[in-house]
Amino acid sequence: MSDRVIPMMNRREALALGAGVAAAVVAGWPVLALAEGEADALVQEFAGGKAPETGRVHLDAPEEAADGSAVQIAISVESPMTAEDHVASVLLIGEGNPVPKVAEFHFSPLSGSAQISLRIRLAKTQRVLAIAKMSDGSTFMDVKTVKVAAGGC
Amino acid sequence: MDDVKPRVKVPATAAKGETITIKTLISHPMESGRRKGADGNIIPRQIITTFTCEFNGKPVLSIDMSTGFSKDPFFEFSARVEESGTFKFSWLDDDGSTYTAEKEITVN
Repeated sequence: MSDRVIPMMNRREALALGAGVAAAVVAGWPVLALAEGEADALVQEFAGGKAPETGRVHLDAPEEAADGSAVQIAISVESPMTAEDHVASVLLIGEGNPVPKVAEFHFSPLSGSAQISLRIRLAKTQRVLAIAKMSDGSTFMDVKTVKVAAGGC
Repeated sequence: MDDVKPRVKVPATAAKGETITIKTLISHPMESGRRKGADGNIIPRQIITTFTCEFNGKPVLSIDMSTGFSKDPFFEFSARVEESGTFKFSWLDDDGSTYTAEKEITVN
């Protein structure tokens, strides 16, 4: 083993390294999960590791959907939609879907108003999340739970 | 895919600076790749992956889509118009096809 280039760490160095990693994790990522499972990683990545604020985003979804294969929803975000201050993008997540990321919408000042209506598939009763990212990087989130009688994925 | 028909509703005229409502609908199965056909085999995934709306070549809205969209995707959204021109809509399919539609608007 004469060609070994990385010396063995002693116990004190190993402990210090471990503490550093733990500190970095705490600094970069909130301790509380914002969403379940895979959806949480999507929210964290989209929001840059910070918890999105509440307000400004409105997610309209039915409390109950008889047919999960076509659930009518609408998203609107309060914003002047000017070149300096507009909604850059909105992430739509179905926490309990086989593919949780339903869509990402990219708006522009030409959108005039950051709003969209569409029909989505929901596999089962679950929370639906809409997270908006503003042109200054700040993020806002709204969440609705939809009871699904017959799943649609 | 054949038999895919985009339909778009845009007002013919608008006032300068007005925010208008646009509706789009495209006939497409949005096959999720999770369903079994009559023969018991999985029906391969075939969805629209991207929708874009441009006005006079400038982006208005684009959508990264997934299997979480219902068949025959329908959108209702807004656009602010400052000048007369052409809206161009496109839908990109898993199989590489692009479906397009155009609508002109006169702004007074």
